Amino acid sequence: MLEAVGLVQAKVVVREDECKGCGLCIAACPENVLFEQKHLNRLGYHPAGYTGSGCTGCGTCFYQCPEPGAIAVYKKGYVGEEVA
Amino acid sequence: MAKQLIKGNEAIVKGAILAGCRFFFGYPITPASEVAEAAAYYMPQVGGTFIQAESEVASINMVYGAAAGNVRVMTASSSPGISLKLEGLSYCAGAELPLVLVDIMRAGPGLGNIAPEQSDYNQIVKGGGHGNYKVIALGPNCAQEMCDLTMLAFDLADKYRNPVVILADGFIGQMEEPVEFPEAYASFPDKPWALHANADDEHRLITSIQLEPEMLEQHNIHLQEKYRIISENEVRYEDYMVDDAELVLIGYGVVSRILQTVVDDLRAEGKKVGMLRPVSLWPFPSAHIAELGDRVKNFLVVELSNGQMVDDVRLALMGKTPVHFYNRMGGMVPSPEEIYAQVKTIWEA
Amino acid sequence: MAEKRLSKADSFYKVYERTPSAIKDVTHYCPGCGHGVLSKLIAEAIDDFGIRERTIFMSPVGCSVFGYYYFRTGNIQCAHGRAPAAATGIKRAYPESIVISYQGDGDLAAIGGNEIIQAANRGENITVFFVNNAIYGMTGGQLAPTTLIGQKTTTSPFGRNPANEGYPIRVSEMIATLEAPVYVERVMLGDAKNTNKVRRAVRKGLSNQIDNKGFSLIEVLSVCPSGWKMTPVQAKQWMNDFMLKQFPLGVYRDRSEEIPVRESQRHVFSVDGIRDKLELPKSGEQTMQVEKPAAEFMNPRLKLAGFGGQGILMLGLMLAEAGMRAGYHVSWIPSYGPEMRGGTANCHVNLSERRIGSPVVSKPTVLVALNQPSLDKFESEVAPGGLIIYDTALVPNPPKRKDVKVLGLPATTIADELGNTRIANMVVLGAYVGYSRILPKEVVFSALPALIKRKNLLPLNELAVEKGMEFVTRMGS
Ligand SMILES: Cc1ncc(C[n+]2csc(CCOP(=O)(O)OP(=O)(O)O)c2C)c(N)n1
Ligand code: SF4
Ligand code: SF4
Ligand code: SF4
Ligand SMILES: [Mg+2]
Repeated sequence: MLEAVGLVQAKVVVREDECKGCGLCIAACPENVLFEQKHLNRLGYHPAGYTGSGCTGCGTCFYQCPEPGAIAVYKKGYVGEEVA
Repeated sequence: MAKQLIKGNEAIVKGAILAGCRFFFGYPITPASEVAEAAAYYMPQVGGTFIQAESEVASINMVYGAAAGNVRVMTASSSPGISLKLEGLSYCAGAELPLVLVDIMRAGPGLGNIAPEQSDYNQIVKGGGHGNYKVIALGPNCAQEMCDLTMLAFDLADKYRNPVVILADGFIGQMEEPVEFPEAYASFPDKPWALHANADDEHRLITSIQLEPEMLEQHNIHLQEKYRIISENEVRYEDYMVDDAELVLIGYGVVSRILQTVVDDLRAEGKKVGMLRPVSLWPFPSAHIAELGDRVKNFLVVELSNGQMVDDVRLALMGKTPVHFYNRMGGMVPSPEEIYAQVKTIWEA
Repeated sequence: MAEKRLSKADSFYKVYERTPSAIKDVTHYCPGCGHGVLSKLIAEAIDDFGIRERTIFMSPVGCSVFGYYYFRTGNIQCAHGRAPAAATGIKRAYPESIVISYQGDGDLAAIGGNEIIQAANRGENITVFFVNNAIYGMTGGQLAPTTLIGQKTTTSPFGRNPANEGYPIRVSEMIATLEAPVYVERVMLGDAKNTNKVRRAVRKGLSNQIDNKGFSLIEVLSVCPSGWKMTPVQAKQWMNDFMLKQFPLGVYRDRSEEIPVRESQRHVFSVDGIRDKLELPKSGEQTMQVEKPAAEFMNPRLKLAGFGGQGILMLGLMLAEAGMRAGYHVSWIPSYGPEMRGGTANCHVNLSERRIGSPVVSKPTVLVALNQPSLDKFESEVAPGGLIIYDTALVPNPPKRKDVKVLGLPATTIADELGNTRIANMVVLGAYVGYSRILPKEVVFSALPALIKRKNLLPLNELAVEKGMEFVTRMGS
């Protein structure tokens, strides 16, 4: 049951709408699992994206990112919804 | 209630405390220093706070910070210090913060000297700082009014969320007279817009910035509307023997005291002379002056400045009645005899 | 489960309603700007410490001027450089609040240099976050007090030249020289490790305030990619390569451990015993009935003059105090302005049955001259029929006027005989009231304690008044 065990694999979620494409998270991710996306978001920036695997939940990207809501990191064992 | 012989500058502080003020942020300057000194002495004893700030700039900004809260707060200075406070005063007016600022005017420009003048009229009554703001300005002429108008100032400040200035001169500050101190306010009305350091604060913001011209214009319109209401409701003045007067002397502060003597002397000679004393310098008693202008033959405005208030008298009359002007500057104060001589020339002309 | 999730802090507004921008979920900061990161670390700490409801955030003037768009706390936007003063004001009003002064280098180290030093020196219990980005970001990249030597800005287009602009100011080092501050540290929003140190410093600065330990300042080296004209990644590298040399990281002052945790003392409004505390007279004290003096002595306008140490001002105050107790309108005004020169002192006193007009006495009906210069100066002003009182012991040349009454008495000699030269003023007081009969002895005696603070001196003063009165009685007989 997911509720009891929580996330089996850490993950990062980039809210593209709020990303300013500064690239700091990408440069800092020790696992190299973030990348600059080709398309432009509503703000006119190339948002960061997650390759989809390999995130360790270290939080580096979260603390490099200047935008309060652009990145959320869910660590292994997290129980609950993704935040809005 | 028994009276106390007391210096005007001290009466201000006692009045302020009776009106619920518990925060004073000051910086020494003659002839206003006794205000800070009295605050330093009494505030801690009544559970209040006194801080001697590093400058007038800092003290008005301390006032700005404290006035954001649900408290009553004041500062005091004299002309050169008031110039420094004007930036902060503009922010306070913009953010609609209630506070009382005392200006015990001295002579200028520059460092000038410590003798009395009334040359801050323009910088207080006409704004002085930047932006389309007004402060209520009250001009006491005795120690009793130093207390009473200070108490009133706190009420008006809260009522209108606006700075109120006590615009007094060095003489009124230094003079000792009997004062009957009223009962202390048991409390003052809660300020629902103010910060209370509680959960509601997330909805409260104290600011004077507004980037959007449309919104800043709205804010300015709101302020002007408030000023209009103040103008309609808060005009204060004293008429002294004006009912049948053919010549009316106009002056405020210590000048009005001298004018009273002149009126007394001239009345003793049977001359129909009276005095009008604006108590509120803003809002100015323009309508009353205009009305007097219909029946009075001449006005003589006397000021300890180069002629600042006289402009407002002339504006009120729009040329319908002659306005004469007499002044002294640099700390010189006219004697009753000097003014008497002026009146004689007008009378005989 | 919050500890397993890193996401937008609760201490940020969910929607930034206050921004005029149509987009209300993104900050106004440029891509990569350090302000955003520091804001996140502060908001996270506010969340974790559970202090959001009592936090008051002071926005400065600079790029963080709109801090109040984001922080879901109490908010005050301050004038340029004055946040520490405004913070002082609100913190003193609400000692239980958590006040954050957030300032840039122009705001804190240039225009607000004095305010920060003095707030630090008073040991205000506030937390200051000082964003050092070596530039004026908001106004488009001008020279800051922290701009590096050689660094090009729009107002140092050829690079900062110490001969013209001086050297970059090291704020942490300066503040750390003061006694009062509890904690001063410089940190850098650099790589993960350094950013973690910023996070720790932010939390320490706030917990110091929560524990009422006093003033904390955290200087944060921070990138301004726009002002520096670099990409965010380049900017971080530049900060690491150049700013670090000028601004070494580290703890510059830390007394956090030494200072005990204290409770905050809330401000409580009270009027208990306020009239006593203000030293206001008891309502029981009534005015005393007195007989009117002869017409020529009624409503006197007095000018009193002498040397500085002769107690002239006190003499005037005694008269005013006694006059008030006798139910007269009174005024007292010290020499002030142009007359106040060269060690002489004078004052003007009115006692009147009517409301007093001019407090300034230009034509005295009574002149009290306790030295020759005062007599010489004011003799001509005395109103015809008036009275001149002078000290024969100190005024060798008596008044020349024939149209006034003259009362000369050796006040100083009498005072010397009583053993105290300084009470000559009281002898004169006795002589004046005895001569004019304006005030009875009892009223004068009742006034003395109001002005003489050392009560053991009261009998001597009373005696002096009596000697003055006796002098005029003897003279009259
Ligand atoms: C009295 C006054 N002078 C000048 C300005 C213009 N001004 C706005 S922000 C600023 C500089 C801010 O620089 P800094 O404090 O370093 O903040 P940053 O934008 O770099 O974060 C200046 C000079 C002002 N608003 N008020
Ligand atoms: S949490 Fe760590 S590993 Fe995961 S994306 Fe962010 S920086 Fe990379
Ligand atoms: S650090 Fe934040 S804003 Fe910058 S690219 Fe990454 S997610 Fe976007
Ligand atoms: S100008 Fe510089 S300090 Fe200002 S928001 Fe942009 S990057 Fe940040
Ligand atoms: Mg800067």
